[in-house]
Amino acid sequence: MDLVKITVDALRGSFGVAAAAYALSAIGLNLQFGYTGLVNLGHIASMLVGAYGTAIVVDAGGSLLLGVLVGVASAVVLGLLWGLPTLRLRADYLAIVTLSGAEILRYIVRSQWADPLTGSVYGIQRFADSFYRWNPFGEGAYGFSIASNPLRYSERQLWVMVVCWGFVIVATIVVALLVHSPWGRALRAIREDTEAARSLGKNVFGYELQSLMIGGVIGALAGAMLAIETQNVHPDFYIPVFTMFVFAALLLGGPGTIWGPVVGSIVFWLLFEWFDGFIVAAIREGWFGDLLSDVDAGPLRTVLLGAGLVLLVVFRPQGIFGNRDEVMLDGR
Amino acid sequence: MGGNVRSRQRAVPALLLVCLVAPAVIAVALGWNLSGPTGAQEGGGQQIRGVMEAIGGPERRPVGGVEIVVSLRGAEIGRATSAPDGQWEVPVPEAGIYSVRLLTGTLPAGVALTNPDRVELNAVEVSPGQRKTVRFALGPGAAQTVTRAERISNLAVLGFRFGAIIALSSIGLSLVYGISRLVNFAHGELVTLGAVVAFLFSASGAGPGWHLLVAILPAMLVVGAFGGVLELGLWRPLRRRHTGTVALMLVSIGLALMIRYLIVVIFGRRPRAYLHYTIQEPIEFLTVSTPPKNLVIIGVSAGLLAIVGLLLRHTRMGTAMRAVADNVDLAQASGVDTQRVLLVTWVVGSALTALGGVFFGISETIEWDMGFRLLLLIFAGVILGGIGTAYGAMVGGFLVGLLTELSTYWIDAEFKTAVGLGMLVVMLLFRPQGLLGVRGRVG
Repeated sequence: MDLVKITVDALRGSFGVAAAAYALSAIGLNLQFGYTGLVNLGHIASMLVGAYGTAIVVDAGGSLLLGVLVGVASAVVLGLLWGLPTLRLRADYLAIVTLSGAEILRYIVRSQWADPLTGSVYGIQRFADSFYRWNPFGEGAYGFSIASNPLRYSERQLWVMVVCWGFVIVATIVVALLVHSPWGRALRAIREDTEAARSLGKNVFGYELQSLMIGGVIGALAGAMLAIETQNVHPDFYIPVFTMFVFAALLLGGPGTIWGPVVGSIVFWLLFEWFDGFIVAAIREGWFGDLLSDVDAGPLRTVLLGAGLVLLVVFRPQGIFGNRDEVMLDGR
Repeated sequence: MGGNVRSRQRAVPALLLVCLVAPAVIAVALGWNLSGPTGAQEGGGQQIRGVMEAIGGPERRPVGGVEIVVSLRGAEIGRATSAPDGQWEVPVPEAGIYSVRLLTGTLPAGVALTNPDRVELNAVEVSPGQRKTVRFALGPGAAQTVTRAERISNLAVLGFRFGAIIALSSIGLSLVYGISRLVNFAHGELVTLGAVVAFLFSASGAGPGWHLLVAILPAMLVVGAFGGVLELGLWRPLRRRHTGTVALMLVSIGLALMIRYLIVVIFGRRPRAYLHYTIQEPIEFLTVSTPPKNLVIIGVSAGLLAIVGLLLRHTRMGTAMRAVADNVDLAQASGVDTQRVLLVTWVVGSALTALGGVFFGISETIEWDMGFRLLLLIFAGVILGGIGTAYGAMVGGFLVGLLTELSTYWIDAEFKTAVGLGMLVVMLLFRPQGLLGVRGRVG
């Protein structure tokens, strides 16, 4: 087993497009969960509307920029749709409605009825060509080698990475400014004690709705970037498990911190890819005899993710950076 | 303070045990890799096949010489003509979503599609290595006329069946929530586990090959015990650590991922069916025409739910359960052993859920994510009826089952689950405590 190669591959993944997009998505979730205490288990749905908004508009002849804007606007509508019935109720209801809502949205996108718009089970492909036409990087592999293991990205990947990490930095700054403004202090007051915030005359419902929508917008942008990278949207990319990827990344970095989602996402993908490489190598070397084959590596990785999530929540919910007192773990 | 630290230290190994060892134990108990030699099912050689049969009343006869065209994304992949015994098959190159079309011109005289709209099946999903069976419903001559009353009453039977499954599966979730405020997102996995254990004991080559009715027993026992182990090894230690409700929710999600994807490793992604009660001759009475298994599922569930209702009302344990679910502190102050009550709730609730899973597996197929799909409707039923109450879960379950099935009369069946969630949202807007819930709870 070549541990160096596995590690280099994992390092490559931890700065790649997926890590950047999940960092962006986690910044949105951080505003909702980390700062406001909203347990949004359907965060993947905002990534879905961002991606499909982009794909559908371009497919219908619109420009890519317009598509991303439409996707982002749809995320605002989505936030209103599931915020309005649930935010006045307890935390559990928001969790249940967002989880189910995200699945319902996926079923609808997947249905024959939506086929003219969404391509149902086939999805939509090749809608981001114009993005790559603006690529300033010439053809080639960019990067370096570690012990003759290449850590390189193609010019296309590099271009998406630059833009996506750029969005990550912008979003981080915007969120940092937001949460240190009076608006952000109100959010944290709501997280700590909803009743106290209400008694001080704060419009709790309004603040929560705004947080849900802004977080969704950032999530939609992440979804659009991920879709641009793969040039493919497909309903099965947006299953609930991926919301848990974002949660795991956020919990790893530390909810309610500025850099938590970014560092969390990098570390999350490092670990995730490392275990993936390790499991595949272990299976190929016959550690498990005939019990496991290559196709079992994917599910096993998710089993480990579940175990990691359990251990993280129980033993270190504040993640790498967080302050335990600042993490919303008690529902209201 | 000292007690807190000690209990914390005790909780750690217990927790680790559950997180890491229990899944492995379940895996071994389930007979590792029911799917047989690993990789075999993913290796290729997938095909789409079926049997052409014309059904006129009680009579079935094979139809030969019918041509079928299989295409992928508009491009024709292959075609086949049904043999004299009605069999046909088309090998397909890769997993994917195919469309299968019947050339109606090749049908012999006196045979036609029962539903002329279903001449092309658009979303035939084939997984790697799968031998996918598709079915065209053929009948005599002119399309059969089904009256509106017949359609609605048949849908109602399906609705009661689905409602019974949801109701059975949701009592445990609702009572556990009422007692410990745990929103258990891993509850759906108990449904899958029930169906899978029954499969192992009845239909799997690795199992003893019992009749399905006998295999229900170990399914309920294993899943009931599993529920008890979860309560003792995970939830009770976590409550001792005063873990918050949101943290518990996230833990249950992590647990759900672990169990669900372990089932994928062991059971595979391919849907499977039980050996018994797959195809039955429908029985007819009044305007209803349905295979007897549906009536049996409805009857058995209704009887069992009535028994559970009586037990809750007339036994000490049942009264204690309702009392604790209603108000933990008050019950505790009145001398009820709440920990024991919760343990019993977990075991009984999980066993009932397993039965719901077996019934779900009989109604559809056994699949790794069946429990998660059902979970969304279980939540809808539980909230509709009033979360935290047992009777509410029963009423809500039947309502959701009935209304989702009946909705297919007007709208496409693809949106069944969406209808269930729509009901949930409407309920939250107008009466968030549910039909039988108490106002003060929703805060």
